[in-house]
Amino acid sequence: MDFLTMNTFGFPILSLLIFLPLAGAVVALMLPGENAVKVWSLIVTLAVAALSLPVWWGFDTTSHLYQFGEHAAWIPTLNINYTLGVDGISILLVMMTTLIMPLCVLGSWRYITTRVREFMICLLIMETSMLGVFMALDLVLFYVLWEAMLIPMYLLIAVWGGPRKTYASIKFFLYTLAGSVLLLVAIVALYISQGTFSIPALMGQNYSSTFQLYVFLAFFIAFAIKVPMFPFHTWLPAAHVEAPTAGSVILASVLLKMGTYGFLRFCLPITPAATVGLMPFLQWLSVAGILYGGFTALAQQDMKKLIAYSSVGHMGFVTLGIFALNQRGIEGAVLQMINHGVTTGALFFCVGMVYERSHSRELSAAAGLGRFMPIYVTYLTVFSLSSLAFPGTNSFVGEFLILAGAFFNNKIVAACAVPGAILAAAYMFRMLQRVIWGGTANPDQSKMFDLNWRETVTLAPLLVFVFWIGLAPEPFLKAIRPSITNLIAQTAYTAQNSLALTELMPR
Amino acid sequence: MNALLFAPELVLIIGGLVVFGLSMVSVPPGAVRKITLALALCTIAACVLTLPLKGSLFYDAYRVDLFSQIVKLALAAGFALVLLFGTDLKDVAEDIRPEYYFFLITSMLGLTLLASSVELLTLFLSLELSSYSLYLLVPMRDERGGMREQMEAAVKYILFGVVATGIMLFGMSYVFGLTGTTYLYKLLPAMHAVMGQPVAWVALLMMLCGFLFKLAVFPFHFWSPDVYQGASNDTTAFIASIPKVAAVAILARFCALATPETQAVITTLTALSIASMFYGNLVALVQTDIKRMLGFSGIAHAGYILLGFVTMQALGFATALYYVAGYLVMMLAAFLVICTVSPTGANVTIKDLNGLHRRSPLLAFTLAVSMFALAGIPPFVGFMGKFMLLTGAYKAGHLMLVIMAAINTAISIYYYLQVVRAIYTVPPQSDDAIGLEPGVRVASVVLLAAIIALGLAPDAIVQMTSTAVKAIM
Repeated sequence: MDFLTMNTFGFPILSLLIFLPLAGAVVALMLPGENAVKVWSLIVTLAVAALSLPVWWGFDTTSHLYQFGEHAAWIPTLNINYTLGVDGISILLVMMTTLIMPLCVLGSWRYITTRVREFMICLLIMETSMLGVFMALDLVLFYVLWEAMLIPMYLLIAVWGGPRKTYASIKFFLYTLAGSVLLLVAIVALYISQGTFSIPALMGQNYSSTFQLYVFLAFFIAFAIKVPMFPFHTWLPAAHVEAPTAGSVILASVLLKMGTYGFLRFCLPITPAATVGLMPFLQWLSVAGILYGGFTALAQQDMKKLIAYSSVGHMGFVTLGIFALNQRGIEGAVLQMINHGVTTGALFFCVGMVYERSHSRELSAAAGLGRFMPIYVTYLTVFSLSSLAFPGTNSFVGEFLILAGAFFNNKIVAACAVPGAILAAAYMFRMLQRVIWGGTANPDQSKMFDLNWRETVTLAPLLVFVFWIGLAPEPFLKAIRPSITNLIAQTAYTAQNSLALTELMPR
Repeated sequence: MNALLFAPELVLIIGGLVVFGLSMVSVPPGAVRKITLALALCTIAACVLTLPLKGSLFYDAYRVDLFSQIVKLALAAGFALVLLFGTDLKDVAEDIRPEYYFFLITSMLGLTLLASSVELLTLFLSLELSSYSLYLLVPMRDERGGMREQMEAAVKYILFGVVATGIMLFGMSYVFGLTGTTYLYKLLPAMHAVMGQPVAWVALLMMLCGFLFKLAVFPFHFWSPDVYQGASNDTTAFIASIPKVAAVAILARFCALATPETQAVITTLTALSIASMFYGNLVALVQTDIKRMLGFSGIAHAGYILLGFVTMQALGFATALYYVAGYLVMMLAAFLVICTVSPTGANVTIKDLNGLHRRSPLLAFTLAVSMFALAGIPPFVGFMGKFMLLTGAYKAGHLMLVIMAAINTAISIYYYLQVVRAIYTVPPQSDDAIGLEPGVRVASVVLLAAIIALGLAPDAIVQMTSTAVKAIM
């Protein structure tokens, strides 16, 4: 247990964060009336967000250990434990999840008109399993929550989704589940070899390189589908387009991050030799994702699809940073995970707000909104600029660090990824130009009304984070740094030329 | 003789006689069902009462221990639930209902006896008592469509059943010839001593046939989809769930006769397991009748259960028992919905379930949970059971089998998801709400709680079954 700093709050704060939404869902089952359920869900998610603040304030930014630890036996027969903890890699993701959820409830206030109770219950169960995935330090606990999430997410798409919801929801479910069955075999294999399911205890063991390769591949397929990495991305546009706004936001902001989180938490520290051996392939796959996502986004007429493909590109940057395997690259990747969650989540909210008014997601139908919805287009512009990594916004910091890290590792790969940033500017400006000004053939937008206070409030926190991370990233980077240093030490990888260059470049 | 040791069986025998008597006089409709339900509850109580007891009866042919009583308790609980939701036997003619319940009770009695039998002939008689009652239950269904499907199913069931039993008897004769005894506790050392000889493991495999048939393991599966389809929904609910528990219990007793070095038995079971999983799952993909689909899925699940037996270790057998207990509740949950949804007791196609969540949210949720659990999605019992089976099989060195099972999980999700898809995304043909009787409500909440609780807290039950299994090895 030397990897765990036990919780000193006097109450199990992480368990409380996990189970509060679940308890809220049970209560929501009994509340009378749909409005009561909405208000209750908002209260619960806000309470979780408030409760997560002490975790951030109390987080020791000098330690790479898992903090606020909790440990209890769960299934002693198989040495399965209920172990929780957060470290630098998961802390920001936990905070982002608790931030996004109240916004999802707010964003669905008017969007969801049927079966509100069930919808909110699904959202709350999602929050439980998402937070659990980021905090779990036991492989079985992780897997249970990882898979359990599929059911509420499936229902979110299948019941409240768009016209092709059946196709999209089944594709989402099949892809993700098929990806993770071999993950289960890998988990069992690790258990048989070490006799434990504890994630930190499985790190840094002496596995044979063949064993590492197989375990890595099993993990990789599961996580690459979730990210999604090219060429495993085809479920994503379908799921994003058909999901209700809150579903898209959760998918983009949190669910995709679980894949990259999985790489950082499992692949790098548990199977370092395989990671290093396959590094060139992984980097090129990332570049392929960046370019493919960018080009495809450029051709979309549907705004949700556009953002969905842009996600493929952005997540390509994240995996590029991770597999650069150096401090800058991974710091950038973790930060970019948060940035993408904030920015793309906000963009999906924006699309949802137009959809609520015009019932269309087509770019042509949303053309020329600038005159009638000034607040809306201001938000949209800021988030789009952030999405294309404009200096001063959050994504710039993340993408810069990732590219810097990638250049240290492999100049050619990094150079090939740079056009991705230009493509992002191209498709984002194309969308902005259409939505704000449009052309001579604009549809009549005079009936469109600007954002109301609820919608303004929904987007405001995300706007704050765009500039906060963009202008002062150090508090965020400081929290994740020790864990990443430790992670890189665990992979025991030093690129041929990285040492010399890091000497030259002051941090 | 201590009558208390025999309490659950006595309760069933007396109850059976009472119902038999009632079948000869005319009684108000529903009365027999209430009596049978009360009987089932009494059986549960008797099982709980006898749980800590230990003892031998009938010249040591019958042993009461923790293992047998746990199995009996699971059987009795399943029996009570089947009666609880099979409220009005929509598809069985009114004048034969008392007989229907009588045979249900005798079948239940046979299974209960089976759990305690530790002598080959006793075991054989118990098995036949339960099987013959089932053979008679299958054709007890109203004729519809002039196809005589129920007759066809019954004939298939009895033919395959008799062949499997014949092979089993043949195997038993070899075992007796080899060892000169029919008592399991004497067979255990005697068989272990001769396991190196081909005749010993051939005999053992033949003896397993009777129970592989009950479990519907490939290639003894031919009856299962047809019987599921041909028998009435309530009968299928019984056949599909409760006998499997007893079959796994006896398989555990028999597999204990082999040693972990008996490679031939292990290889055969591995092959049967892989064949069952692939056959069941692949054929289930194209089914439209949900009972038929569950029949094929049952073949696949029998394949998963064999994963516990190829380990030839106590923990593996215990996991198989845990899995089959989970399978019992998952299947009962599915059949609860099937029995309730069908207005006339006719078979239910997946299309009939369209938009079920608008017609009855509770039924929709129950069926969805049961499907997700059967597919092995956490946090339900199907996942935890499969996970433990995989861990055990991997530990025993069956990596290939584990990978095959994992691949099959991925295949199977598709057809389970088809049901969920129909429930939640397709609009219903009619918006009529489905009224639920209180008994059905209670049964469905109990089953949901059991599916989740068994999945999240498996430790107590696995430890109990491993203690119990160790005692029989």
